[in-house]
Amino acid sequence: MRLIQGNEAVALGAIAAGCDFYAGYPITPATEIMEQMARILPSRGGVFIQMEDELSAAAAVIGAAWGGARAMTATSGPGFSLMQEHIGYAAMTQTPCVIVDSQRGGPSTGLPTLPAQGEVMQARFGSHGDRIAIVLTASSVRSAYEMTARAFELAEIYRQPIIVLLDAVLSHMRENVDLPEVTPAVRPKPVPGDAFQPFGDNPFVPFGEGYRSVVTGLAHDESGLPNTAGGKAAERMMRALEDRLRRDARKITHYTTHALEGAKVVVLSYGITARAAREAVELLRSRGVPAGLLDLQTLWPFPDWLVQEIAAQADAILVPELNLGQLVMPVQAAAQGRCRIEPLGRADGNLFTPEEIADAARSLLAEKEGGVLHG
Amino acid sequence: MASVGQDLTEYLRQEMMPTVWCPGCGHGIIAQGIASALKQIDADLDQVVVVGGIGCSGRTPFYMNTGAMHTTHGRALAFATGLKMARPSLTVIVAMGDGDALAIGGNHFIHAARRNIDLTVVLYNNSIYGMTGGQAAPTTPPTSHSTTTPLGSIEPNFDSTALAMAAGATFVARSTTFDFQEMPQLIARAIRHPGFSMVEVLSQCPTYYGRLNRLGEAPEMLLYERDRTMPVPDGPIPEITREQLVGKQPIGLFREEIRPEYTERYRELCQMAGGTYGA
Repeated sequence: MRLIQGNEAVALGAIAAGCDFYAGYPITPATEIMEQMARILPSRGGVFIQMEDELSAAAAVIGAAWGGARAMTATSGPGFSLMQEHIGYAAMTQTPCVIVDSQRGGPSTGLPTLPAQGEVMQARFGSHGDRIAIVLTASSVRSAYEMTARAFELAEIYRQPIIVLLDAVLSHMRENVDLPEVTPAVRPKPVPGDAFQPFGDNPFVPFGEGYRSVVTGLAHDESGLPNTAGGKAAERMMRALEDRLRRDARKITHYTTHALEGAKVVVLSYGITARAAREAVELLRSRGVPAGLLDLQTLWPFPDWLVQEIAAQADAILVPELNLGQLVMPVQAAAQGRCRIEPLGRADGNLFTPEEIADAARSLLAEKEGGVLHG
Repeated sequence: MASVGQDLTEYLRQEMMPTVWCPGCGHGIIAQGIASALKQIDADLDQVVVVGGIGCSGRTPFYMNTGAMHTTHGRALAFATGLKMARPSLTVIVAMGDGDALAIGGNHFIHAARRNIDLTVVLYNNSIYGMTGGQAAPTTPPTSHSTTTPLGSIEPNFDSTALAMAAGATFVARSTTFDFQEMPQLIARAIRHPGFSMVEVLSQCPTYYGRLNRLGEAPEMLLYERDRTMPVPDGPIPEITREQLVGKQPIGLFREEIRPEYTERYRELCQMAGGTYGA
């Protein structure tokens, strides 16, 4: 049992998962991840480098991945915005890497020391063009450790940049945790023959290991070479990844539930907000209100199927989040009007109290009982 | 060793030929210079990665029969820094344009130089943005015309070699595409140099810079390059030479010094911490 901070848990989770390269730029509230890595990595022969900005931090991470490293960076809103171009580059070049974003109030410089969940959509759609996105989040220090480690595993499986969203409170919060053992993902070491193609559904072969890949952000096919048919090929490869994610949805969707059995009002929450949501549900249950909780650790690909299952049995889903309504959008899309979906947003740098969430949830049922129909 | 008449077939990626470069463009001469330099140092091509940014120069990696990384605009050095740190045994060459390296990528340029990390920058300087159609660059000389300075540029231009030296680069040279025999040798020396090295190569862009400034076609532009430059002896340029330059740009090797290299310093740091780096 150790008393550690959320940011420290991220660093330890990364190390446990085999991370041997960190490039970053200081930013509140993510800086302690970087400071931890600066302490840990040299003693393990891994690389820590403080770059000149977040653009170069993300670029160095991708370069390092192509040098064979398990690489990561961490940042917060303004830095995450700067990293978007390279997140797109990593997606286009099928580069395994991990980007942690500890969310603070925005937009712009916003509220540097206060929590938010304003990057849910940016993490999915922030870089230009169409790409798949795998985005994890955590609501406890232990989960921050586990999800960071899981991100490294997913990066290897899907050869994509994996994003982990935290927030200012979870980053700085301390909890007593048992850190579970993690086995770093095994990277296959193929011996590329003449027919080897470095992209598409093929293993990742870094530079210096016998194959001279051509890596480009231009549209390309499995060979990596840009050509006039590249657009078609790029779409085909992105769709193939999308299909694979759909097939694997249940394997990559991490979530916890509480009192979901027989729940008529379900609080769908994630990250730091899910802690208050859990208490809200307990509060409601203690007062005889049939409430339940779905706490998502995988935000993207969005688990439509999970929402559909709940929408089929509940009367209403409340979506509290520290933004003005982001994850509620895919929830609405997934529910397809089968039950009422109600957003509960705030972007003032404060957390929800359990009472606020409980009151909002109870009022949804009260309205229902009062005969008000909702689509 | 001159590049003329050399067989560089194995150093070039045949399936990517012909290049995208316009007829008369100097960039092919520079790319050939890099290939020739790799031959001169007898490089193991499996252990070489050519990294490029965006723009005409950024296409260079596609034509090299090495590992190739075509990155984002201005950030090639940041990618290269990560790559070199992760696998210090690689030889990493970074092809950048003048706008790429000095405008959008200026920050990465000075910091890579400051770290003295063992990368070799070949800076293709044609005084203009070619890929986007002839806009002014930070290297466009005052009064020069471009599509964004139709009345002539009112901005002073950067001297990339002075910038690199001020930032801490330990090998700094300038050449031109006219000097096609000396240029590959400078690049070869730059690759061998243990630290941050840069060879700026003045290149002709007849399509845009030449046309917009009435400098003629490629042959005339090569002569223009010859006439606006002056070879100087190796080492810091003495004041007396500066006076003799009368507006010409010096070409040659301006700095070659040994200062602790970044991956080597990092190796020592890891040792201090009990770790083994770059094993």
